Amino acid sequence: MQRFLARRLVHGVIILIGLSILMFTLLVLTPGDPVELMAASNPDIRPEDVAMLRQYYGLDDAMYVRYFKWVRSVLKGDLGYSRTYGTPVTKLVVDRLRNTLTLLATSVAVAFTVGVTAGVYSALHQYSATDYVVTVAAFAGLAMPVFWQGIVFILLFAVWLPWFPAGGMMTPGVAPGWPMVLDRLWHLVLPVSVLATSGMASWTRYMRSSMLEVVRHDYVRTARAKGNPERVVINRHALRNALIPIITLIALSVPGILNGAVLTETVFSWPGMGLLLFQAVLGHDYNVAMAVLLFLALMTVIFNLLADLAYGLADPRIRYD
Amino acid sequence: MPGESAPRQLALRLERLRSEAAGYAVGQSYWQIARRRFLKHRLAMIGGTVCLLLTLMAVLAPWIAPHTFDRIDLNARWTQPGLTGNVFGTDELGRDVLTRIMYAGRISLVVGYVTAVSISIVGSLVGAVAGFYGGWVDSVLMRLVDMLIAIPLLPLYLILAALIPGGGVGRIVLIFTLFGWTTVARLVRGQILSLKSQDFVEAGRAMGASEARLILRHLIPNALAPVIVAATLTVGTAILSESGLSYLGLGIQPPIPSWGNMLQRAQEYLLKASWLAIFPGLFIFITVLSFNFLGDGLRDALDPRLKT
Repeated sequence: MQRFLARRLVHGVIILIGLSILMFTLLVLTPGDPVELMAASNPDIRPEDVAMLRQYYGLDDAMYVRYFKWVRSVLKGDLGYSRTYGTPVTKLVVDRLRNTLTLLATSVAVAFTVGVTAGVYSALHQYSATDYVVTVAAFAGLAMPVFWQGIVFILLFAVWLPWFPAGGMMTPGVAPGWPMVLDRLWHLVLPVSVLATSGMASWTRYMRSSMLEVVRHDYVRTARAKGNPERVVINRHALRNALIPIITLIALSVPGILNGAVLTETVFSWPGMGLLLFQAVLGHDYNVAMAVLLFLALMTVIFNLLADLAYGLADPRIRYD
Repeated sequence: MPGESAPRQLALRLERLRSEAAGYAVGQSYWQIARRRFLKHRLAMIGGTVCLLLTLMAVLAPWIAPHTFDRIDLNARWTQPGLTGNVFGTDELGRDVLTRIMYAGRISLVVGYVTAVSISIVGSLVGAVAGFYGGWVDSVLMRLVDMLIAIPLLPLYLILAALIPGGGVGRIVLIFTLFGWTTVARLVRGQILSLKSQDFVEAGRAMGASEARLILRHLIPNALAPVIVAATLTVGTAILSESGLSYLGLGIQPPIPSWGNMLQRAQEYLLKASWLAIFPGLFIFITVLSFNFLGDGLRDALDPRLKT
């Protein structure tokens, strides 16, 4: 178990190093280094000043020197300044981090609960009408373009049936305390139901096949033979084993859910990192865009490590190699 | 088969077993068996037919479209969908939505098909090299795969699309291929690992075949089944990604219509013209759904061990 985790940790670090190289390459490719920007906004600047500034910022250093300098500043939390907002990028991103995490955590929780429940029910009632409906719904959920689903939900549940707000995260001027909590939840309903769809769909399908696989095993029959009530057999013996592969699956779904979050936040003007990224790219504010990408990738790596940990805890048989 | 009586179910199952046994007994090839299984897969057949119809619609768009796709008619703005004139209505410039959907289908489907092909080629080559040579080549390539799988690709695509100029199909396909080959590479690598110790490879080697020939003529063709499945599913995911990028304004650029960029301003006009938001998205949805059905059917047909 420890060995397994150590290997996964090393693995995560290697991925992070690769990512940093990729991102640095992108950063070098982005037009407009800081000196160029300064020069563009100051017509009086002389060529020798530009040369001096370039040297001061180390822009003429060898690539690997620039890379290590960049990594050091990133590790110190310095990701440069935003062109549009004029504030340090790190602060900008961290401010949005919480909103994105709220949306993500709620969506994953909803998708997991619904997916597992629907999948298990479907498996236990294989070939029933409900099973059929669930399977079709799961297929539909996987083929749904996130942003279009968002637009259609706005049309249905905000325009035609004015039940939920069409966007934003809160109503201004709501009294603190319970009214505020309810207001936040009210704003969460549509974005979460959109963002949770794909996860719900794929986890339902996997849970269904995982459960179908597990209930055939001898230990389930043994559990029944011992005279356990069906509820105990399913919950304690079958479900727990069927859930193990789903843990890995959730970790694997994280990048996809983050993709969905960018679109969901844009459709619903949810002030998270995705919307920030979208606006930054449109405004050619590449420092911000890169920082968001870095945070999103970091989140994926962390989620994967957590999933490995959970996997190790859930399945003591796990061995690496 | 819900609602069937128990004896009938048993009879059905026996019949299936018998026909399968017969299928193997007469010595059909792998591909013949797969074909038979595929043709019996109802959802796959429906999906395949819809894919075919959509492709035909896109190819024949210039001949069957009811209007000219870029004809602006300010007198006919915001025409509601109706059975006469504009079936799916007109947009803010008076252009016929159905016609634009047909033309947009050309772009979206080309992105899907070309991405699927190029991802299959790149992925197969990388996977084959990793699996065949093993060792540090394999380690490096697989770490690269792990890394790419860990990145949320849409944000990366957004940044790349902003960096690479142009608004056509080529740029999108290039970006998708650059970062999308990982699934195919993994599948092919797995296949090659199990194939490379088999006798026919050894025979090829003994007859003096070069490594390139062994990989390209012997190993990759035998690893083709999962690639076909992955490629089919890629058509759908590529269309989804393209539509997302185009919706955000960083994919296919207007005036070239794509299903995604048709939705770009739809949200703005939601109160006035909801049909602008509904129809292009519906086509994306149906297309992706059909390709997923097709891919799933192919998987069931080509790999009987993988039952979902």
